[in-house]
Amino acid sequence: MIEVKNLSKRYGDKRAVNNISFKVEKGEILGFLGPNGAGKSTTMNMLTGYISSTSGQILINGTDVLEEPKKAKANIGYLPEIPPLYVDMTVDGYLNFVYDLKKCKLPRKAHLKDVCDLCKISDVRQRLIKNLSKGYKQRVGLAQALISNPPVLILDEPTVGLDPNQIIEIRSLIKKLGKRHTVILSSHILPEIQAVCDRIIIINKGVVAADGTADEIAKSITNEHKMTLRIEGPTHTASDKTLIADAIRALDGIKYVRADMEREKGIYDFDVETDGKTDVRRAINALCSENGWNILMLQLSDLTLEDIFMKITTGEQFAESEDSGKPKPRINLVFGSGENNKTEEAPAEAEDSAQEADEDNGGEQ
Amino acid sequence: MGAIYRREMGAFFTSGIAYVFLAVFYFFSGYFFYNEVLASGYTDTSPVFQNMFKIVLFLIPILTMRLLSEEKKNRTDQGLLTAPVGLGEIVVGKYLAALTIYIIAESIIFVYAVILGYLGTVAWAALLGNYFAMLLLGAAFIAVGIFISSLTENQMTAAVFSMAVLFFLYLFGSTAEKVSKKWMYDIIKELSFYDRYVEFTQGVFNLTSVLFYLSTAFLFNFFTVRVLEKRRWS
Repeated sequence: MIEVKNLSKRYGDKRAVNNISFKVEKGEILGFLGPNGAGKSTTMNMLTGYISSTSGQILINGTDVLEEPKKAKANIGYLPEIPPLYVDMTVDGYLNFVYDLKKCKLPRKAHLKDVCDLCKISDVRQRLIKNLSKGYKQRVGLAQALISNPPVLILDEPTVGLDPNQIIEIRSLIKKLGKRHTVILSSHILPEIQAVCDRIIIINKGVVAADGTADEIAKSITNEHKMTLRIEGPTHTASDKTLIADAIRALDGIKYVRADMEREKGIYDFDVETDGKTDVRRAINALCSENGWNILMLQLSDLTLEDIFMKITTGEQFAESEDSGKPKPRINLVFGSGENNKTEEAPAEAEDSAQEADEDNGGEQ
Repeated sequence: MGAIYRREMGAFFTSGIAYVFLAVFYFFSGYFFYNEVLASGYTDTSPVFQNMFKIVLFLIPILTMRLLSEEKKNRTDQGLLTAPVGLGEIVVGKYLAALTIYIIAESIIFVYAVILGYLGTVAWAALLGNYFAMLLLGAAFIAVGIFISSLTENQMTAAVFSMAVLFFLYLFGSTAEKVSKKWMYDIIKELSFYDRYVEFTQGVFNLTSVLFYLSTAFLFNFFTVRVLEKRRWS
């Protein structure tokens, strides 16, 4: 549906977008993620033909945006970062204008009514756009993109300025739209991307840093699972630490064990990393019951999207590969088994990993 | 093109610019009509048109200042440029909207003609000649105004700069008297908007002048399209 090949945009010496390639299939919802200034909006502006690319090719539905702009643009509904609203028009007047501008062939009254109902702006149709709240303006912007029912929707931060209820509404609307349209949306809000998108592309400094589902990206970044265990040993002294750590290390599929600080009196925490293939939790449980140890806590700490995002965009993960001149630090693993529900755990895990980082110095291996 | 034309026409009236433009135009044309025609006892309307040249000079920038600068400032150009319309359609739609307001303003002259009809005989040939001269002048100046509006994001900058440029175009013809070389004199006379205009108001219908104004209009609309095009490539 959308095919982007080696897309670059240069402003003078600055490369805003550098050799980006990706594909979006029909009916897919793609999330564009990246810090401010990463090149998200620039890419979207190129996709919609607002600005031209320095090099590379964009095919929308097989049509080149630069060669046949009118035909390509007729396939796209675009909601830019700042909705292109004429503030001294009424909502109705504006939507009629867009209807004419896009040379829409659908029955005018019914189509505009559908779009307004979908975006929940039917009750403000006669009001001037300048008197609307930010949330309504955003929804009028979305309505504008939906007029003429384009097969491709490109939404640049569609939920900015909405209140939490509206955000949920818009998200479910986008999910609904994703069934009939191909959607690309950008956002800073990670849970949003995770909740709405089938696939994520993380852009950093103008290059694609990762491409895949949230789980795929998480797995490929870590390649293993981490967990934190709190085990009560027999003696309640420091000797427990080495005893337990050594015992766990002897299990199959364990990559790394580190005894952490004493969290409760005489009881230690252990950070365990597995190879990602073996589920060691049962083995550890068996080990402990054999020896009469008590597991007081077991917490999985897979990377959340926040962690991944931070890792990629702060560059610690890829510093090396960028320096060595590899084309792209690109990740595209085949996604294996289903993973637990990450969104729910996300806050707790984020806290946890922060704690871990703080207390790294206190632990010993 | 139709959509953009209709929107701009609506915007001219909701923003009040059309009312200001029409009111000022009617006030001064009425003033000159009374002073030069009615009070002087002539039926020749040419002095009205000659004087209106200077008024139009300052009024047209008001009409054109926001046409493209505001789009850029409010980022509404993103909506236009990503819609399935060509740049030419966008520019021409806006151009024709401004020209329509201008024609509405200028057509007040037919009301004056009716008034004259009661008092004496109207010299229709001269009047229509003048009418078309003013139309051509507007067509050229509006294109210049829109071109300047495309260069900036600020309405005031566009207006002041347009006024300066149009005023210079007006003064330009008079520099012909100051140059010593014959060929330079000829070139300046050829390019003088005012001399060509006055020629019309004196009842001379010069086809090259018609072409001169029309090609100016075409050229500046073309430049405007190029400016929009270039902005995408920079």
